[in-house]
Amino acid sequence: MESATTYIPMWLLAELTFACPVQCSYCSNPLELSASRKNELSTEEWIRVMRQARKLGAVQLGFSGGEPLVRTDLEVLVVEAKSLGYYINLITSSIGLTTEKITTLKGAGLGHIQISFQGSNRESNKLLGGTDSFDHKVAMTKEVIKQELPLGLNFVLHRQNMHQVKEFLTMAQSLGAEFVELANCQYYGWGLHNREHLLPSQEQLIDAERVTNEFREQHKGDMDIFFVAPDYYDDRPKKCSNGWGSTFMTVNPEGEVLPCQAAKVIPGLEFPNVRDHELADIWHKSDLFNRFRGTDWMTEPCKSCPEKEIDLGGCRCQALMLTGDATNADPVCSLSPHHDEVLRITEKAQRPIQEEDIRELVFRNPGNSKKIRAEKVLTSQAGK
Amino acid sequence: MSEFSLETVSFKLNPRYQFQWEEAQQCHVLLYPEGLVKLSDSATAILQRCQQPTTTSRLLDELEKAFPGAKGLEDDVKEFLADAQKQVWIVEVRD
Repeated sequence: MESATTYIPMWLLAELTFACPVQCSYCSNPLELSASRKNELSTEEWIRVMRQARKLGAVQLGFSGGEPLVRTDLEVLVVEAKSLGYYINLITSSIGLTTEKITTLKGAGLGHIQISFQGSNRESNKLLGGTDSFDHKVAMTKEVIKQELPLGLNFVLHRQNMHQVKEFLTMAQSLGAEFVELANCQYYGWGLHNREHLLPSQEQLIDAERVTNEFREQHKGDMDIFFVAPDYYDDRPKKCSNGWGSTFMTVNPEGEVLPCQAAKVIPGLEFPNVRDHELADIWHKSDLFNRFRGTDWMTEPCKSCPEKEIDLGGCRCQALMLTGDATNADPVCSLSPHHDEVLRITEKAQRPIQEEDIRELVFRNPGNSKKIRAEKVLTSQAGK
Repeated sequence: MSEFSLETVSFKLNPRYQFQWEEAQQCHVLLYPEGLVKLSDSATAILQRCQQPTTTSRLLDELEKAFPGAKGLEDDVKEFLADAQKQVWIVEVRD
């Protein structure tokens, strides 16, 4: 009981909907997208979730998805969140955003907007995001800045756009962005499905980091640039969301509560739903949130590792996906007996970059979701 | 970016930060995009008085009244304000 009270879910990520007009092949959402939106939490249910989370100490709130602007009740949710004392972040593709909506959301209490770009120019943004939205993103970026709402631009880096870092940074700066996040693609959900065509080569990565550092050097202080390092190329893993069940709580569109956005891939876990349980019970008492808290669950080599408190064994989902067992060390760690698997994957990524690779990407949309599901059924039947 | 003289100019808490008491953490915090800073009691005492435009000398007067006999108060406050200015927690108020 004592340990449970020391953890505060300071971050609540509210995934309002899985519906999304953009089709990013690196999306971390599950491959099996609900075909309909009828099971989404209602406005009243979200308000209840926000109230319960706030009582637990949640203070940073992210409205995300899918595309949160798809929800017609977004303004109502922002007003409510503000009155509860949250700092509110909107994580959006900007599709569905208008000048008026920015004004309304700002008035409602929105603290910050993060707009994602899929490519650094019109053509590649369309090619990689599956929407002709570049001009709109630029216009909305300008408008958010004009209305003096804190703005960050997000650019997910992968094999197909890694060479665009300079072009992207130059654009971001000319628009007047305060923060830029260059986030290396993470391999969950659709990202995992497309990993072969998303994972950059070591050379691409070194280049992108060099270009970023040079840009920082040349334009000191104008714009904060966060370069989120890739998982597979480090020899130590990253902590899972600051530690499983320590800081983060994600509520998905249908009310399931997750310690991180990817946790649904781990079999044998039950995801409690806000429709059935109080959030306080889920956070403090559920098997899910207690399963990988702290270090007691660890196996070797983590268990006796002097660095175990630093990375807490890394990402549980990655351990599962690459070793078949979520209690193993994250195989990104060079001390993991499964580290060879990571080396095998990255070795394959050293092949020359070919533009045709883009055609191999499977875009995140309901049609492809259905197709993948059908293929899975066929493979499992064939395996019987 | 935030060049102004703390000696001569009025300033206030940057409206882009959200300043509030957090019950769960039993302290005041400053909230900003995707992050927060936990504030010490002395930082809170200062920033609380920056919610409306103020000046260094007015702040010092108020704090000396609130904490009579506090040692090294002036240096501590000036040091904190210089840092707060660098972090853009406080901004210049133009008439």
